[in-house]
Amino acid sequence: MGRLSVSLCGIGLDNPVIPASGTFGYGYEFAELYDINCLGTFSFKGTTLHSRPGNPLPRIAETASGMLNAVGLQNPGVDRVISEELPKLAECFHKPVIANVSGFSVEEYAEVCRRFDAQPQVGWLEVNVSCPNVHDGGMSFGTEPKAAAEVTRAVRAVTSKPVIMKLSPNVTDIVAVAKACEDAGADALSLINTLMGMRIDLRTRRPVLANRTGGLSGPAVFPVALRMVWQVSQAVRIPVIGLGGIQSAEDVIEMMLAGASAVQVGAANLVNPCTCRDIIRALPGTMDRLQINTLQEIIGGSHGQ
Amino acid sequence: MKQGQFTILENTALTGRVSRLRLGGDVSAIVRPGQFVDLRLEGFFLRRPFSVCDRDDASFLLLYERVGRGTELLSALPPGRTLDVLTGLGNGFDPEHGGDAPLLIAGGTGLSPLYGLAKALLKRGKSPTAILGFNTASEVFFEEDFAALGIETLVCTADGSRGLPGFVTAAMDRRHTGFYACGPEAMLRAVCETSPMPGELSFDQRMGCGFGACMGCTVLTKKGPLRVCRDGPVLDREDVLWAD
Ligand SMILES: Cc1cc2nc3c(=O)[nH]c(=O)nc-3n(C[C@H](O)[C@H](O)[C@H](O)COP(=O)(O)OP(=O)(O)OC[C@H]3O[C@@H](n4cnc5c(N)ncnc54)[C@H](O)[C@@H]3O)c2cc1C
Ligand SMILES: Cc1cc2nc3c(=O)[nH]c(=O)nc-3n(C[C@H](O)[C@H](O)[C@H](O)COP(=O)(O)O)c2cc1C
Ligand code: FES
Repeated sequence: MGRLSVSLCGIGLDNPVIPASGTFGYGYEFAELYDINCLGTFSFKGTTLHSRPGNPLPRIAETASGMLNAVGLQNPGVDRVISEELPKLAECFHKPVIANVSGFSVEEYAEVCRRFDAQPQVGWLEVNVSCPNVHDGGMSFGTEPKAAAEVTRAVRAVTSKPVIMKLSPNVTDIVAVAKACEDAGADALSLINTLMGMRIDLRTRRPVLANRTGGLSGPAVFPVALRMVWQVSQAVRIPVIGLGGIQSAEDVIEMMLAGASAVQVGAANLVNPCTCRDIIRALPGTMDRLQINTLQEIIGGSHGQ
Repeated sequence: MKQGQFTILENTALTGRVSRLRLGGDVSAIVRPGQFVDLRLEGFFLRRPFSVCDRDDASFLLLYERVGRGTELLSALPPGRTLDVLTGLGNGFDPEHGGDAPLLIAGGTGLSPLYGLAKALLKRGKSPTAILGFNTASEVFFEEDFAALGIETLVCTADGSRGLPGFVTAAMDRRHTGFYACGPEAMLRAVCETSPMPGELSFDQRMGCGFGACMGCTVLTKKGPLRVCRDGPVLDREDVLWAD
C-alpha cells in the first residue's frame, strides 16, 4: 500500500484520482498525451441501452470559472460500447474501469447494468440518476428518494459488481436521497453531477445553448460539491466519491477532508488534458507540506469540527 | 495533439477587427493545413480555438477577429508573453481532394487555413484560385498575401465597395476541379448549392475540449455522429447533412 492508495468497495486504487464520466471519452485521446495507467481508475461516458445522438448544438457555453454543457448523453449504446470501445480501451488501460450508466426507465438502468455485469474490465457500475440534460429521464430519478431507491434496488439485483449511485445536486435535501440509496443496497455514492444553469446571448436575446439549459461544472461548483460531500458522508456508512470543480492536489485533499474516499475530476480535463496526471504527481509533495502521511488517514478529517 | 508553451513573436492588427498572431514553440504536432490550435487565456475557463494559417520550423501564424472578451484580451498581449497551447488538433484538408485546379473559397477570417492550404497545393504542383469574400472594402485583408503566392486571387464584397460585388458564389462560375471552403455556415451551404464539384468544408462549432473528449461539438452526418474537433473540422461535402 502506497501513501496515495485508497480502497473503493473492496477494490484497491493506486491513488484516489478518477476522471469523471463525460469528460474523458473512453480514454484514448488522453493516452496520446500520457500513460493513463497512472490513474486510480476512470469513469467512461454515460451509457444507455440504445444509441443516442445527443442534443442539438451549441451544447457548450462558458461561465465565470466554469462551463455549461448540454451534451444529452450522446453514446453508441451499451452493446457497441462493449463490442467496440471496451476492447480498444483494454489496449491503453489495464485496470478495472467504472461503467457509467444512464436510463429513462428503471428497466433500462437494470438492463444496461446487467450487460456490463458480464464484462471483466468493468470494476464498478456508476448509476447516473442525475443527468440534467435529458428530458423525462435521468435527473428525475435522482430528485426523489423513492425513485432513486427503486433504481438502486433494480440495479443491485442484476449485478455482483459494486454499485455506485451518482447523485444530483439539484435537490433540496441530498442527504435524504443518499440515505434512500444506501438503504436500497448501494455500495457507494458519487456526488455531485452538474448544477442546472443557463446563459443568454445579449445580441440575439436567446439562450446560448440549443437545449436552453445545461449543467454547470468546473471550479465554480467546488464549494457546493464540498458541502454536499461533507453532509452526506457524515450521514451514511458507505464510501462517498467527491467531485465537482476539482483542479489541484489541494482540492483533492480538501475534498477528502470533507469525507470523500476517492475523487473525480471532470471539466478540468477538458481545459488541461494532463490535469489528472499533474494532480497525481503533485500529491506527495503537497502531502509533505501538510504533514499528511497517507491519504487514507485524512478521509473525513474535518468531521466533527 | 501536443500541449506546450508558446511565445508571442508578433501580435499586430491587420484591419480594425482582424489581427495576426505569430507564436513560437514546438510546432511538430501541426502536420496538415486546416488543423487548429486551442489557446488558454488567463481569466477564461475554456480555451479558444483558431485555425493555423501558416507554419515554419519553429512558429505558426494565426489570424483572428476580435469578436468578444477573449479575443479582445488576446489582442492586448505583447510579444514575449507565453501562452499554453494545444496544437495539432483536427484532421485538416486533403490536398488531393479538390483535383488539379481547385477553388479556395473563404468568408472573412475563414481565409486563414486556406492560405496554408494554398501553399501546400502549390508544392504539389496544383493550380488553386482563391475567392476571398468580405462584407466591405475596409474589412479586406490578406489579399496581397494570397496574390504573392502567385495564384489568381479574387475579392468579393457584399456591398460591392471592392472587387466583385456580391457573395463568393458569384465568383464561382468557372471551370475548376473542386473546392475547399471555410467561412460562415450559410456561405458553406450556398457554395455547395452553387456547384456539384467535389469539395471539403471547414466547420466552426462551440467547443468544450477541442480534442474529442466531451462530445460538445458533435454534428450528425451521413457517416453518423462526428466530432467537429476531432473527426473534423474539415468534412467532405458529401457527408454533410444540412439542417432544415
Ligand atoms: C475549429 C475552429 C477554428 C477557428 N478558427 C478561427 C480563426 O482562424 N480566426 C478567427 O478569428 N476565429 C476562428 N474561430 C472562431 C474563434 O474560436 C472564436 O471567434 C473565439 O473563440 C471567440 O472568443 P471570444 O472570447 O472573443 O468570444 P466570446 O463570444 O466572448 O466567447 C464566449 C465563448 O464562446 C466561444 N465562441 C464564440 N464564438 C465562437 C465561434 N465563432 N466559434 C467557436 N467558438 C466560439 C468561445 O470560444 C468561448 O468559449 C475558430 C473556431 C473553431 C471552432
Ligand atoms: C461535457 C460533460 C459531459 C458529462 N457527461 C456525463 C455523463 O455522461 N454521465 C455522468 O454521470 N456525468 C456526466 N457529466 C458530469 C461530470 O461527470 C461531473 O459530475 C460534473 O461535471 C462535476 O464535476 P467537474 O466540476 O469536475 O466537472 C458530464 C460533465 C461534462 C462537463
Ligand atoms: S469539443 Fe470536446 S469533443 Fe469536440
